[in-house]
This record gives sequence, structure tokens and C-alpha cells, in this order.
Amino acid sequence: MSEKRSELVKQLNVEEIRRDFPVLSRKVHGVPLIYLDNAATSQKPMAVIEAMNLFYQRENSNVHRGIHTLSEEATADYEAARKKIARFINAKSWREIIYTRNATESINLVAYSWGLANLHPGDEVLITEMEHHANIVPWQLIAERTGATLRYVPITLQGYLDLDKLNGLLTEKTKMFAFTAMSNVLGTIPPVKMLVEKAHAVGALALVDGAQAVSHMPVDVQAWNCDFLAFSAHKMCGPTGIGALYAKRQLLEEMPPFLSGGDMIRSVWMDHATWNDVPHKFEAGTPAIAEAIGFGAAIDYLQKIGGMEAIHRYEQEIIAAAMTALQEVEGLRMIGPPPEDRGGLISFALDGIHPHDAAAILDQDGIAVRAGHHCAQPSHDRLGIEATDRASFYFYNLPEEIDMLVRSLQRAQAIFHHP
Amino acid sequence: MNDDLYQANIIDHYQHPRHYGHLENPDIVYHDVNPNCGDEITIELKIEDDVIREASFTGHGCSISQASASMMMEEIQGKPLAELRGWGKEEILDLLGVKIGPVRMKCALLPLKTLKAGVWGPSNWDGEDADDM
Repeated sequence: MSEKRSELVKQLNVEEIRRDFPVLSRKVHGVPLIYLDNAATSQKPMAVIEAMNLFYQRENSNVHRGIHTLSEEATADYEAARKKIARFINAKSWREIIYTRNATESINLVAYSWGLANLHPGDEVLITEMEHHANIVPWQLIAERTGATLRYVPITLQGYLDLDKLNGLLTEKTKMFAFTAMSNVLGTIPPVKMLVEKAHAVGALALVDGAQAVSHMPVDVQAWNCDFLAFSAHKMCGPTGIGALYAKRQLLEEMPPFLSGGDMIRSVWMDHATWNDVPHKFEAGTPAIAEAIGFGAAIDYLQKIGGMEAIHRYEQEIIAAAMTALQEVEGLRMIGPPPEDRGGLISFALDGIHPHDAAAILDQDGIAVRAGHHCAQPSHDRLGIEATDRASFYFYNLPEEIDMLVRSLQRAQAIFHHP
Repeated sequence: MNDDLYQANIIDHYQHPRHYGHLENPDIVYHDVNPNCGDEITIELKIEDDVIREASFTGHGCSISQASASMMMEEIQGKPLAELRGWGKEEILDLLGVKIGPVRMKCALLPLKTLKAGVWGPSNWDGEDADDM
């Protein structure tokens, strides 16, 4: 085991990578931090922190406006980051990338702009029971306003989408099929390409929630052929406050604006206005400029350390080792599919210990996990679990940290069951 | 105050909650939840001459929220409402006897919040940070 572990760590040079992340060397309650809450947000490498600092120190100014040097430089860096994002997910053009605040805002943009213009009574929006609230609640609100109906693809007890039920749910009434490419609770990676094909076969559009997937595995929007992809920078080493929506160019041309104001217009008269070219039509007001530049730096960093294929492979080995090790903890129930069908996260419940109590005991040992329903109440309801603890890994986590997690969980068991 | 949250008495109240269950014909039934963590408490009260004659609760959640409810139930039996009206964070923290950080304060105070909202209405609760304002 230990030989295999060092092989794993060497592959990606994890020991060296960890030095790029200042926070990973801090202590919590006097012990080294073990950060296993990466599905909530990832840590930031110096390269990202420095890129944002440099922007504020050297070229802080507004974009798309000034004739002066600083504004030209800021605009160039801001737009260069957009091109990096476009290449990272293999979009056809940078014009298909809209900056948003996060994946949630990206989905809201589609729901409000495309949804209000295109959904009518009798139409259906199909989502799944493994969605994050960000891909549920916007559709609930838009369905209410348009008279469309919201339907759910069920999940099986093993945490897979129930594909047998999918064919009956996707009909010519379906106008939008919106689903995650990696569940933030179950870890499940659904067959995205096939789901998009099935949506298109009935004339529906396909929106992919990539909040988890884009951070942890290679994503190619042309291979998936999805119509929309929503994701956030902060889960992939970038800053908070910036995310992106990918959309096929033709759809963006047809969709009405979402937010409105400066920068998104072509001309404004007293009684009406015309819109700027895409993607700027969807970007009203002064954007998160330093954050966009940080987003670009994060992508550079991920590629520099080995790229998404290597990161995904590493995480799959880590999660397989974690799921094996967690079997040693008495009364621990894991949810979701086996390692080969999931990303690098595992949610579990401990017999007789509430997830918040377990997380508080782990915290005393320096271990950060998420406790609760992880903004995905429907998936918990379906599996008959009130809440779980979730350990989510990234490429900078070490196999040794799994041992610490197991030991700390055993300590929690001792506190509650043998006080 | 003890620094370690998981004292034997807290785990004891969590695993063996006192006054847990339902009353016959309660005068007040009130339910509340912490939306962030899913802790749930329902309190049931029988009140006579502005005194709590009997109190019970049901619910589920973390050890802090459930132990706090159980300890509070023991304490309020037979108490005049006028006295409980003045209760706040301090009274509950004294019962628990451990140091509660800001994150778990909502768990610890959910039972008192439910009690006060049930008897005097939701506007009677100023929030967990009331003392700090």
C-alpha cells in the first residue's frame, strides 16, 4: 500500500504542489490542516493570488472603456482570461463564454433569459434528483412564472440516474434537460454525452451543471455537444466571485439580455436600446476584473501541474483508497456509486452520530469536511438520509490524510459510543 | 466553562432525552428548524395560570440542539412564564456548561427560540447575536 501511495504522489508531484498553496501549511487547533472540503471551494495557489495582486498593483482600471494605457492592459488581460477559459473547455470561440459570478448565476442567466422567452404552459423542464439546489430552484421559479412543468429523473439507491425511467420522461414536451456532470453529494458522474444526445433527439436543449466536473476532470463541450455549461472559478483554484456560462453562439444571439445597464448596450435612446455583441450583451456593469484574471491564472496553473486528465486520474485513485479505508470505521455508511463511477468525493453517515457532531470532532483534529445536506436536499430525501458528512479531495491531498480521517472518525465513535 | 464540547452529560441527554414525546391536549405546539443544518424541534406545553404545568419535545438533529432541548425541558417544568420571558443565551449556556462557538450557537439556542416563539410569537426572538448588538 505505502509503495503504491508514494508512486501515486510522485506521479503528480504532490509534495511540491502543496508548497504552492500557503494555506496548506497552516495549523488548526494546533495540528496541521487537512482540507477535505474541496467540493465547497478549493484552496488558491500563489500563482492565482499573485496574478490578482499584480492587477491591482500595476494596471487597475476599468475594462472596455478607457483609451489610456492601464485600461488597455486591463482589457487585454481580462479578455485573454476569457480565451483561456474557452480553450480549457474546448469552446469554438471566446464569444461563447459569458462571465458570471458563479455557476449558480450562470444557471439563473439561462433560466431567466432563455426560459422566460421560450417556456410556455404545457412545456416541460427536466432535471434530476441528484441536482444541487442551484439547478433546482431557478427552474422552480421559472416554471411558476411560465406555466411550464418541472420533472425529475429519479436516482437509484446506488446513486445512479435511473436511466430506465429517462425515456418516459424525455418527450416532445421537454424543452430543457438540465443535469449535473458530477453530483456534489453522491459523486456520481453520469453519461453526459448520451444524456445530451437523448435531449436533442426530442428537440430539447441540454444544460450541464459543471460546477464539480470542470474542476476535476477534462471537459470538452464540443464532444459533449451540450448547449449550455455552467461552472465556477473558485472550485478550481480560482477566486470567488467569478464563474462562467458556456453557450452555443447561435443561442446567445437569440436570447434576450439578463442583467442590463452599461457595457451590454450598442446604443441607448430615451425609450429603447440595442444590444452589444455577444458575449458582452450579457455582461452589464463593471465586471469582476481581478477575479477574471485570477480565473485565467488558475487555468494556467492546472495545466502547468499536469492537466485535467492527470488530476482526474489521481483523484480516482485517492477516492478508491479512501472508500477502502473508510470501511474500517464501525457503523459508517457510504452513499453513492463505487469509485470508478464517481469523482473525488465521498458522503457518509455514522450510526448514532449526527453529521455536525462528527464534523466538529474532525475539526478538533484539523480536518475540514462539510456536514449537512450540501445544498442537495432532494438526493438526501431519496436515499432516506437526513444529512451526511462529505470528504472531498483535490490533487493536493495526500494519501496519509485519509488515514488521519479514519482515525479521527474512530475517535468520534469512541466519544459517542463508549463515553 | 469546558472547552470540550462533547461532555458526558451532553451525550447522555442526546442519547436519552428527558421529556421526549407528546402531551395530551397541549395548549401550545410549536415547531422550528435550522434551515442550514436541519435541526428540528417541536415543543408542546400545558399552561395553567401563566405557569408551565408540563412540557415535552420531539425532534432530531445534532447532539447540541437535542441536549439543549432536553436540559431546557427539565428546567422549565413548573416555571412561571414571566420568568422564562427574560431567558436568553446565558441561561441556556449555563445549562449546557460547555463553551459554544459561533457556528454551533444556532444549534444550542434553537429550543429556546422555539419556546419563546411558541409562547409569545416569532417576533419575540432577536436572534442568536442579540447580546452582542
